[in-house]
Amino acid sequence: LQEIHVAMASRKTSHQNRVNGDKYSVLLPTYNERENLPLIVWLLVKYFGESGFNYEIIVIDDGSPDGTLDVAEQLQKIYGEDKILLRPRAKKLGLGTAYIHGMKHATGNFIFIMDADLSHHPKFIPEFIEKQKEGDYDLVSGTRYQGNGGVYGWDLRRKLISRGANFLTQVLLRPGASDLTGSFRLYKKKVLESLVEQCVSKGYVFQMEMIVRARQLNYTVGEVPISFVDRVYGESKLGGNEIVSFVKGLLTLFATT
Amino acid sequence: MTKLLEWLFGVSLVGAVWALVTFDLLDLSLPQTYREVAWPMPLYLLVSFGCYSLATVGYRVATFNDCDEAAKELQEQIKEAKEDLRKKGLKM
Repeated sequence: LQEIHVAMASRKTSHQNRVNGDKYSVLLPTYNERENLPLIVWLLVKYFGESGFNYEIIVIDDGSPDGTLDVAEQLQKIYGEDKILLRPRAKKLGLGTAYIHGMKHATGNFIFIMDADLSHHPKFIPEFIEKQKEGDYDLVSGTRYQGNGGVYGWDLRRKLISRGANFLTQVLLRPGASDLTGSFRLYKKKVLESLVEQCVSKGYVFQMEMIVRARQLNYTVGEVPISFVDRVYGESKLGGNEIVSFVKGLLTLFATT
Repeated sequence: MTKLLEWLFGVSLVGAVWALVTFDLLDLSLPQTYREVAWPMPLYLLVSFGCYSLATVGYRVATFNDCDEAAKELQEQIKEAKEDLRKKGLKM
């Protein structure tokens, strides 16, 4: 009986979504994600399918030598060319331009950005969408620092650096969002377009700049607690270089926004 | 106004009030006790802000959620996904 209820509920929501015409384009910039790409796509298809929202997945591969693009082409055959779009580029060109490149071909009026390495779980996608609708937010940001949000696979040092950096940023910039360096977010397409145009930083700082500029331009920001499961395959990095570039970026934003 | 300017403005405002009271710049002939309380005030503020920061960051590190469940769930879904994708004809 419960199954019938669930089935009816999902049919109902999918009907509603067809009526209101919202479409969600997921941008997945990849570099050497041959292992992870099929898994993230499978999960996206699962959760979008269950919740009944209209969607497409845009894979922006920056010339990965490991054959990520081959895998992406296979996935396109399995799930269809209307669901998986391939927009490869010849070489690694940075996150900001990847978003611009991906958005040119996006047919959705909303854009999801997330990491393709499985640290962001697609199960949160329905929560992002509900949150967005709840307040007609311009941007909904996933946060590891509030509610049931959290991390997996971080040692004490990593937690201390993360919390310390976050506290310092909150004090200096008062950005009105609790997770600035996270990169699991839902944007209205127009909002993302105007933000990407203005942001110049790289790496961690790019995500931070996006949300700080959003606040500066009076865009509204909603937040959804997410769990962040650190890279299952591949390795994650937080060395001295990342910290130095973070501090530089923070001070730049402090002086210019 | 940039955040930097906001901070400079705030700090100079507090600094000005502090100097007015400590050195009695307006000749208000304030009681001696006012001055005695005022002059070490910047140091007190700094120390209490430092303590507040340490306590806050310490508390947040200690209460940072470990999402063991999420990691376990993901591992199971990865197995499920691999099996399903193989059936659908994906060559990894």
